[in-house]
Amino acid sequence: MTPLLQVKGIEKRYGTRIGCAEVSFDLYPGEVMGIVGESGSGKSTLLNCLAGHLEPDAGQVVFDTKTDGPMDTVTMSEPERRMLGRTDWAFVHQHARDGLRMSVSAGGNIGERLMAVGERHYGNIRTKAIDWLGRVEIDETRLDDRPTSFSGGMQQRLQIARNLVTGPRLVFMDEPTGGLDVSVQARLLDLLRGLVREMGLSAIIVTHDLAVVRLLADRLMVMKDGHVVEAGLTDQVLDDPQHAYTQLLVSSVLQV
Amino acid sequence: MSEYNFAYLDEQTKRMIRRAILKGLAVPGYQVPFASREMPMPYGWGTGGVQVSAATLTPDDTLKVIDQGADDTTNAVSIRKFFEKTAGVETTEETEKATIIQTRHRIPEAALREDQILVYQVPIPEPLRFLEPRETETRKMHSLEEYGLMHVKLYEDISQHGAISTSYAYPVKVSERYVMDPSPIPKFDNPKLEMDAIQLFGAGREQRIYAVPPHTKAVSLDFEDYPFEATKADHPCDLCGAENSYLDEVITDDAGNRMFVCSDTDYCRSRREAGHAGRLAKEDAA
Repeated sequence: MTPLLQVKGIEKRYGTRIGCAEVSFDLYPGEVMGIVGESGSGKSTLLNCLAGHLEPDAGQVVFDTKTDGPMDTVTMSEPERRMLGRTDWAFVHQHARDGLRMSVSAGGNIGERLMAVGERHYGNIRTKAIDWLGRVEIDETRLDDRPTSFSGGMQQRLQIARNLVTGPRLVFMDEPTGGLDVSVQARLLDLLRGLVREMGLSAIIVTHDLAVVRLLADRLMVMKDGHVVEAGLTDQVLDDPQHAYTQLLVSSVLQV
Repeated sequence: MSEYNFAYLDEQTKRMIRRAILKGLAVPGYQVPFASREMPMPYGWGTGGVQVSAATLTPDDTLKVIDQGADDTTNAVSIRKFFEKTAGVETTEETEKATIIQTRHRIPEAALREDQILVYQVPIPEPLRFLEPRETETRKMHSLEEYGLMHVKLYEDISQHGAISTSYAYPVKVSERYVMDPSPIPKFDNPKLEMDAIQLFGAGREQRIYAVPPHTKAVSLDFEDYPFEATKADHPCDLCGAENSYLDEVITDDAGNRMFVCSDTDYCRSRREAGHAGRLAKEDAA
């Protein structure tokens, strides 16, 4: 089986400081990878390098494209990379405001990716938008409302709908539950878990919340100071941490 | 006359503008940056159009200037006077006789010929501007032909108003490549963008020139189930009786009375001279 994504020796430096270095892993179709670490450990830098938002200084990000098979997304042309960005890839931002067009209605937000890949039938776009609002548990009557009138949790769910509407195969998530209260977080996690299983999505989730990776991720990478210090199956890493930093991280979680 | 170089601008400036115009004609719909000069009029009064006109004028040309279709409004009169004074060229109000027509917000009703040039005044040349404020991003979208966002705007129109309510500055795709803002002409005029004359667009404050060469395809964007419609007031002209010209609505008193008249004053006048008459023709003919 070809991995969906092969990351080979990714390195990004900010001047002399290291953003992230020597990161390599394979992601297989249907697999969810969690990346945890403290603030400043390089997990967002890594995610942005993988998603093509930042240009890495070294390394390869090989994605198994539908048409041409495995291709290095770092060296591919910008139009190709941007095309991937709105078809096979999705990016869920921590702040829904970064990922949504706040002045455009919910339906328009969901429809944007469809129109960007050439859908030109208003009725079809609308039907799909309604379908996706339902899937992310937003009432159909909110279709023509702007996201500014939505609560934080709804905005985040709308962002997810907007990203998944074109049926991507790989989803990058940057702290998808950050800034939401715990009950809303729980619903969002439930929703994400359902969608990931149902659509057979692969996902890379960056978070500092161990509960999120415990629920969603099959595998886990722990980062510190730009390097991966430990990697393995989620339960294995969390239940039997080997590296001193992972042990600290796991023991820092408050038990209620 | 001796106080000014021909057509106000100096020759080097005209040369620079002509280069931008040629580039614009070579790449239809592409916005060519140019070093817009300060003109003796405020931005928004046609500084871009005036510079393009000045660069295309020759002493043998006959100039016509229209503003919202009319030859006798402030903007049209002052620009016509400006060129009478600085270039000494012939001016006319008749579309037929003009070789260069500078226009604001309308395309003349009469079909233009291959030996004519239509110069538009453009306030905001970037059709994507109100959707994407970043210039770096809009340029990238143009270069990569990513125009999905333009349809998001039309989608919003339909979802809010039940139809595409954008009625002016309606975006067109030129020569199957660049999406272009045809300046704030009513969408009634959009089908006329495919014409025999050269069309030049000048935006002074935004420092952009673009062009549509003769016989170039210009397709108004739409949805399969909500096709583009060129709309006008459902009325004949009250002065000349024209059924197929773009109309202005004029309120005539405070008792709810109104009249519809051709916005193209020259077209209306020539029709009345040819004996056509509308509902209110008699009282107004004087």
